[in-house]
Amino acid sequence: MTTRHNEEDQMNKEDILPGKSSRRSFLKGLAITAAASSAALVTGGCALDSLPQSKEELGLKWQEYFQDNYRLMTQAEKDQTVERLTRLAKLEDNRDLNISSQGPREQVLFGYAFNISRCEGFMDCVEACVQENNLDRQAKTQYIRIFEMEPGKLDPSTGDGSYFHEVPVADKFYMGVQCFHCENAPCIKACPVKATWREPDGIVVVDYNWCIGCRYCMAACPYYGRRFNWGKPVVPEDEITRRQHYLGNRKRMKGVMEKCTFCIQRTRQGKLPACVEACPTGSRVFGNLLDPDSEIRFVLKNKKVFRYKEELGTDPKFWYFID
Amino acid sequence: MNNSSGKGLAAFMADCSRWAFTGSTSYKIFLLVLVAIIGTGLWTYSHQFRDGLIVTGMSDIVSWGLYISNFTFFVGVAAAAVMLILPAYVFKDADFHEVVIIGEGVAVGALVMCLLFITVDMGGPLRLWHIIPGLGLFNWPSSILTWDVLVLNGYLALNVLVPLYILYCHYNNRKPVGWRYRPFIFLSIFWAVSIHMVTAFLYEGLPARPFWNNPLLGPRFLASAFAAGPAVIMMVIIIIKENTTFAIDPIIFKKLKRIIIVSAVINLLMLFSEIFKEFYTFTHHSLSAQYLFFGLDGRNALVPWIWTAISLNICGTLLFAFGPQTYKPRYLMAAAIALFTGIWIEKGFGLIVPGFIPSPLGEVVDYSASGIEILITLGIMATGILIVTLLLKPALQILTRFKEFNKGKAIEYP
Repeated sequence: MTTRHNEEDQMNKEDILPGKSSRRSFLKGLAITAAASSAALVTGGCALDSLPQSKEELGLKWQEYFQDNYRLMTQAEKDQTVERLTRLAKLEDNRDLNISSQGPREQVLFGYAFNISRCEGFMDCVEACVQENNLDRQAKTQYIRIFEMEPGKLDPSTGDGSYFHEVPVADKFYMGVQCFHCENAPCIKACPVKATWREPDGIVVVDYNWCIGCRYCMAACPYYGRRFNWGKPVVPEDEITRRQHYLGNRKRMKGVMEKCTFCIQRTRQGKLPACVEACPTGSRVFGNLLDPDSEIRFVLKNKKVFRYKEELGTDPKFWYFID
Repeated sequence: MNNSSGKGLAAFMADCSRWAFTGSTSYKIFLLVLVAIIGTGLWTYSHQFRDGLIVTGMSDIVSWGLYISNFTFFVGVAAAAVMLILPAYVFKDADFHEVVIIGEGVAVGALVMCLLFITVDMGGPLRLWHIIPGLGLFNWPSSILTWDVLVLNGYLALNVLVPLYILYCHYNNRKPVGWRYRPFIFLSIFWAVSIHMVTAFLYEGLPARPFWNNPLLGPRFLASAFAAGPAVIMMVIIIIKENTTFAIDPIIFKKLKRIIIVSAVINLLMLFSEIFKEFYTFTHHSLSAQYLFFGLDGRNALVPWIWTAISLNICGTLLFAFGPQTYKPRYLMAAAIALFTGIWIEKGFGLIVPGFIPSPLGEVVDYSASGIEILITLGIMATGILIVTLLLKPALQILTRFKEFNKGKAIEYP
């Protein structure tokens, strides 16, 4: 177990902090000079289909447009951002949301293990994930894919990822694939604007407000772990999970990337990810890699484990294991 | 003629725009057609802007399509200006010197197209300020995309400013002062290579995509660019020769042809090397090539395209290599169009789309561009052509005037 990532994250933070104030003041100047013309721009950019109804909404949208990268914000600014989002949800959609900006906990590094001898391909995890993370129902976005595998193979790309029949099928086994939260993540390296990064607790997140939608991260990911909002995501009002996190299951805009966040809104509060909780066979193990007594550490110590595409050096925090 | 010397920048700009928009009726119709295509593109883009990239044919599996394909190809066209700049300024080749401005104009048009193709491919075009260094967060040097932002904009600046300075001097019947622009000429020679290498590195640096993760990609980009780019420039020169009074020495065709043949042959050699590697030892990583050339799992949308491209490539190369020595414009035009189209397909969607197929999880889907995507692409191409036209029209006028002014004097090339 390495703690290199912690230092790295702090270092990065130091790296990107200088220059912040100058950017601020520049933005301020820009904001003043371009006020009139940009008002139209902002309303157009954030929601062409729902023009601001009130002066307050317009003001909040304006602030949202010029908001900084989430990682550069102080906790006070993060709280303010989240408060603004909550208010905008009320104004725009008359939704009462509970959006969190909770940071990582000390001495926590999340890891995941998947038992390929137990999974029977019911896909309860997929369903729970879609519900929990407010995934686009229209585009049928899924963070988790389950592949039906032929015996003798261990590479999901040889399996069938779109099966639709009664499971389990004799002589087949099942492999789940999602974002593997790589320690050396190619997507983070690729992003031109640092809109995606690895949190100190190992979760690779996206700042939806900062992403420009170039999809270079998507091309860089060797695991098909990232999803793009090609259109405006649709979630039925009564199915919305209202307990949200800024970096997690909050409302996404069209034209931004999203991905599995290990259910950051749940796991930062000590709960299990929705997929783990929903799994009827107990094939999914999640926990703190830094806690020697955790179940994930037990699996890594006592089972035969392997990782997908280990040869790429991505160092995923997701292991497969066999009973 | 003499009274124009010593005029200021404002007069220069005014004269240039006047020359750019005056011309025969057919010239005006040509401009109007371009504007109409651009207008259609803009109108179509407003739909994409409103509804998102869902109006394109792209998907989570094939997440880059026609826009990025064209971007990649036209970076090559932009880089190819160096094939005129290098002999004109470094080897002091008088013939190339006559037409170097055409190469630079084509480069500017191609670069504007590249930047537009990138912009229309963005999910959040209004958030693009996040990529402006100092204003947003620039992930340099880690992200190759940030390198591309730097080199493309830098090359655009070089290709605008250097010709602008030289033309401004000519406009005032002055000789350009060597030290003021020559350093930038040499810089732009290295820069031209860098724009295409960096663009290749965008793809080459992704182990997730074995089809691109290939050290030959960069050099092959250059070889194909130095074939397709001069082919475009040749097309433009032929059009200028046929439709204007600007004198073009036929020797230039001979010289351009030589560049094209050498580059096209090297390009074909590298293509052959790639095909050999993919199919002699057919590995798991050859599936993309299998999809491209023969189809995979019953999907074969690109198969007719790539074979068309290879045929055109070979035809174009042969036409250039074994053509009669007459340098008939029509013959050269056909050869240039064949080679250009072949490389456009091969290095455009023939390179970008198969990189995504099969997906990292082994899924095979087809991609075909939507009508909206095609109209926006045509709009951007028309923008490029319009820019090249509006730049070259006054530029050639200035050069003609300068030559008339210096008639009888031996012109010394700087």
